[in-house]
Amino acid sequence: MYLNVEKRKTQEKCDITFPWFGMDIGGTLVKLVYFEPKDITAEEEQEEVENLKSIRRYLTSNTAYGKTGIRDVHLELQDLTLCGRTGNLHFIRFPTHDLPAFLQMGRNKHFSSLHTTLCATGGGAYKFEADFRTMADLQLHKLDELDCLIRGVLYIDSVVSSGPSECYYFENPTDPDRCIQRPYTLENPYPLLLVNIGSGVSILAVYSESNYKRVTGTSLGGGTFLGLCCLLTGCSTFEEALEMASQGESTRVDKLVRDIYGGDYERFGLPGWAVASSFGNMMSKDKRESVSKEDLARATLVTITNNIGSITRMCALNENIERVVFVGNFLRVNTLSMKLLAYAMDYWSKGQLKALFLQHEGYFGAVGALLELLHPS
Amino acid sequence: MAEFVRVDSSTSGHTMDKSITLPPDEIFRNLENAKRFAIDIGGSLTKLAYYSTVQHKVAKVRSFDHTTKEATGDNLYEISVQEEVTARLHFIKFENAYIETCLDFVKDHLVNTETKVIKATGGGAHKFKELIERKLGLKVDKEDEMTCLIKGCNFVLRNIPHEAFVYAKHADSEFRFQTTQPDIFPYLLVNIGSGVSIVKVESEDKFERIGGSSIGGGTFWGLGALLTKTKRFDELLQLASKGQHTSVDMLVKDIYGGSYGSLGLTGDLIASSFGKSATADKEFSKEDMAKSLLHMISNDIGQLACLYAKLHNLSRVYFGGFFIRGHPVTMHTITYSINFFTKGEVQALFLRHEGYLGAIGAFLKGAEEDNPNQYSWGENYAGSSGLMSVSPDMNPMQRARSGTFDMLEMDRLEGKLVNLPLLQDASSYIPDTVDLTEDAHAREYWLYCFEEALDGVVKRAVASQPDMPEAAERAEKFRQKYRHKLQTLRHQPFAYGSLTVRSLLDTREHCLNEFNFPDPYSKIKQRENDMALKYYQKAVKCLDELSWEERQYALVRGVLAGNVFDWGAKAVSDVLESDPEFGFEQAKRQLEERPWLVDSYDQWFERLKGPPHKCAMFFVDNSGVDIILGVMPFVRELLSRGTEVVLASNSGPALNDVTNGELQILTESIAAMDPVIQAGLREDRLTLVQSGSSSPCLDLSRLDKVLAMVVRERKTDLVIIEGMGRAIHTNYYAMLRCESLKMAVIKNSWLADRLGGKLFSVVFKYEVPAPSQHSAALTPS
Repeated sequence: MYLNVEKRKTQEKCDITFPWFGMDIGGTLVKLVYFEPKDITAEEEQEEVENLKSIRRYLTSNTAYGKTGIRDVHLELQDLTLCGRTGNLHFIRFPTHDLPAFLQMGRNKHFSSLHTTLCATGGGAYKFEADFRTMADLQLHKLDELDCLIRGVLYIDSVVSSGPSECYYFENPTDPDRCIQRPYTLENPYPLLLVNIGSGVSILAVYSESNYKRVTGTSLGGGTFLGLCCLLTGCSTFEEALEMASQGESTRVDKLVRDIYGGDYERFGLPGWAVASSFGNMMSKDKRESVSKEDLARATLVTITNNIGSITRMCALNENIERVVFVGNFLRVNTLSMKLLAYAMDYWSKGQLKALFLQHEGYFGAVGALLELLHPS
Repeated sequence: MAEFVRVDSSTSGHTMDKSITLPPDEIFRNLENAKRFAIDIGGSLTKLAYYSTVQHKVAKVRSFDHTTKEATGDNLYEISVQEEVTARLHFIKFENAYIETCLDFVKDHLVNTETKVIKATGGGAHKFKELIERKLGLKVDKEDEMTCLIKGCNFVLRNIPHEAFVYAKHADSEFRFQTTQPDIFPYLLVNIGSGVSIVKVESEDKFERIGGSSIGGGTFWGLGALLTKTKRFDELLQLASKGQHTSVDMLVKDIYGGSYGSLGLTGDLIASSFGKSATADKEFSKEDMAKSLLHMISNDIGQLACLYAKLHNLSRVYFGGFFIRGHPVTMHTITYSINFFTKGEVQALFLRHEGYLGAIGAFLKGAEEDNPNQYSWGENYAGSSGLMSVSPDMNPMQRARSGTFDMLEMDRLEGKLVNLPLLQDASSYIPDTVDLTEDAHAREYWLYCFEEALDGVVKRAVASQPDMPEAAERAEKFRQKYRHKLQTLRHQPFAYGSLTVRSLLDTREHCLNEFNFPDPYSKIKQRENDMALKYYQKAVKCLDELSWEERQYALVRGVLAGNVFDWGAKAVSDVLESDPEFGFEQAKRQLEERPWLVDSYDQWFERLKGPPHKCAMFFVDNSGVDIILGVMPFVRELLSRGTEVVLASNSGPALNDVTNGELQILTESIAAMDPVIQAGLREDRLTLVQSGSSSPCLDLSRLDKVLAMVVRERKTDLVIIEGMGRAIHTNYYAMLRCESLKMAVIKNSWLADRLGGKLFSVVFKYEVPAPSQHSAALTPS
């Protein structure tokens, strides 16, 4: 991505004390990015307080924290120059409902003695601000989540140069056999539609680094997929739900155009395979009794994904934008949804719209918060 | 997607007694002459449509032959009752469970054998094809569902005033009916069946499915059944209406602790539907899950509808389909969603006869050779059951009623009805002065008033047909029917759209017609016309003796005094009945002295000193003294000034209002004694037109095409509207593009009281359109 400003900024030296964190507290997940300096001088090492060392060691030597914290090692960005310092950027997540345990850990490790500013975004920065203060004696610097999101996206795309391309798309999205992931270079990114799929969905039209607007949003998002799956199948995690969905068949649950017309509905140019009514077959008692949990999980995934696709497509038309970048943790390990979105964008727009995806799908808000710490905008 | 999927009646769980005895003559009316059948079979309801002719009696007037006139005594004209055949459309809605019984009944009573084909639409048409063909011996001809739906939609929007409404759950009146737009196109129809179809309609034959969604009524039903183990759609809605979505949904405040201020997202907004069921490890109640699902689906449909409306720049969005049909819960959630996403710029509109659209459209497809669209049609209040009460919850009584039969009847009107070309803004014109659905106090009074007057109307009806021994029995049936209508309206004021004094009067006329009392006042009108004519020359002579200045005032007082003679007003009909000597002079004495309650006589008088008007259109009121001694001298003066006059009178009878037929005879007879009137007729400066209406009130948006043509051709620059029904109950606030004069005497003490006057207060409202509305409003009074 074309981003000299942010790149230049990050090469200037600053004297912000370590540790450097950026945090995004969402409705379902907390996303944490941590910059581990690798260029620590002997002198610095001498001065470094024990607490700081222990935090660094704890975060970099583990890939799992407590019962639910996870470090996405494959996303780690190495030898990154940030603020004149070189180091690795780590990406960590844990469920929002485990935030008390995280705060407890912060308290145990005397995090507050480091006198650092903790930059946080997402709704939780507001909701849990008091808890940070009372439970861990930490003062949050609260940031707007959409500002952070856009800053994060633009930055990551500009710094990733080695390894798999940050931005990618699916070639031949309408042909399952030939559909493959391809790198994409966002040279002139604007205008673009940025669709962030977390628990809910926000759709932003971005015209420049600082000029963007939230076009709309929908409450049918990742939280809806997982929530309905939990109720319908008894599963309890996103991974479980996705696993089930991958083995199910949604056409047993949904009513298709061909189920009604025996084929295409030519009068309106609707193909027979199109879903006429999501969960439409479930109106019949017999069919309710014959579907599997996997089928239900798959139908839920398809329903939510297609709906996001059609709202996005309408926004793109209304805003006259042809490029759409999908981000958010709903897409994590969710190739099914990404391919569905790619297909839907391509098919219904007759090739006009391109669906793009980013490797660090859910972490941009947290990255934006970290950048705000180093270079207040 | 459209109602592509209609579910078998078995899965909807209805267990109806199929051998139910129907009250058939009440439901399948006029079957003997029925032809052109159409049927729309949905998931649970069947709609049958047919075209029939109705024979009913009409009173006709005929001038006596001049040569024998001397021999026929006093009467100027004779009245004869004739049989007239009019066209009527019948639509009947019933549960699918009754289909066999109904088809049997139709077969048994069908006399007309020309019919060979029945048009069919709806998902069930296929399933019942064989049954229909066997039972009726007609060939089933299937029509495209969406085409039928759009055709039906265009038809009701065009022909039924107050067809569309806005739903407001917490308002005093839940239904806010919309005025009929002169141009119904373009609009968006969002049909929520199993899936959702979004159709853009640009003209009668041009429409396009511009989008849709698979998340629709089938998703609510199917997913709802899985989540709550509740099978029926209605039951799911009932569960939803009792639930709390906030325990299942993740709200903005669940994430933020409050609102997301910088984006203006309030804390109560749903951030993630079912978001809490992903994290909270607990049981959720069926009610709460159903409610959450309802919100999720309604919001999603509303959002898509708004996005499509915006993309195509459309502001009229109608919602229909089984998800909506008469369900207050879904109408409310859809309305909420549209308001949210468009910030109030677009209103969700619903239709009173939404359930009939497919049947109407299928019927129209089959009736194309009769050219139904070249006529205007009017809802027959006597034969239609009206909108069902849906407020506030679906109670068992109402559910029971929806399980029976619902009817809609439409009468074919003479020719096509159009707007008065002089309306300032036809799209915002509302004929009625008070909407009784919104004014509970006024509603109570008028319903009481019409009920009180019922005995008198029955008596008059019987008296009008002295030679018919069964008249009393018919009049009694009329009484029951109209009283039942009044009771229905007491409980469901919105049953026929906006409730107004006009609709109450029209309903009474429709009911009288239904029982063959076409013109109960014909003989009274005849007698009064004859009597008044005797005084015409004397009255004119008196006026001619006055100075110009005095005469102008006397003419206005004459019109007002004449207007006191009104059998429609209870206060007056009492006097008329008890004191037949109540004369024109006495009426003048009864009139309020100036200044009148509304008094712009001085401005009118000043105007008269100026150049004459080019052409005046006079909407007249009552027979007898009113038209002959009040209006005609006034008309005579206008003619003398050099103004052309067009007299607009009712096409058909209503109370003692003068009809076009009567007025023609009266005018000729006056012309015989008055050279001014005679010259006016001869030189074509005085013409008579019919209004196209048979109502004691006046709807300036539904007038005879010829009238509108005359207005344009003659460059009408003055409109005079006379009488309480036409100038007070309706049109009091009507804004015209030319000068207008509204004259009436208030003959109802309650209304007088309301307007701040007393019985026989005078309204004389002369208005000149302001060059600019805005500057006029800013001028201090």
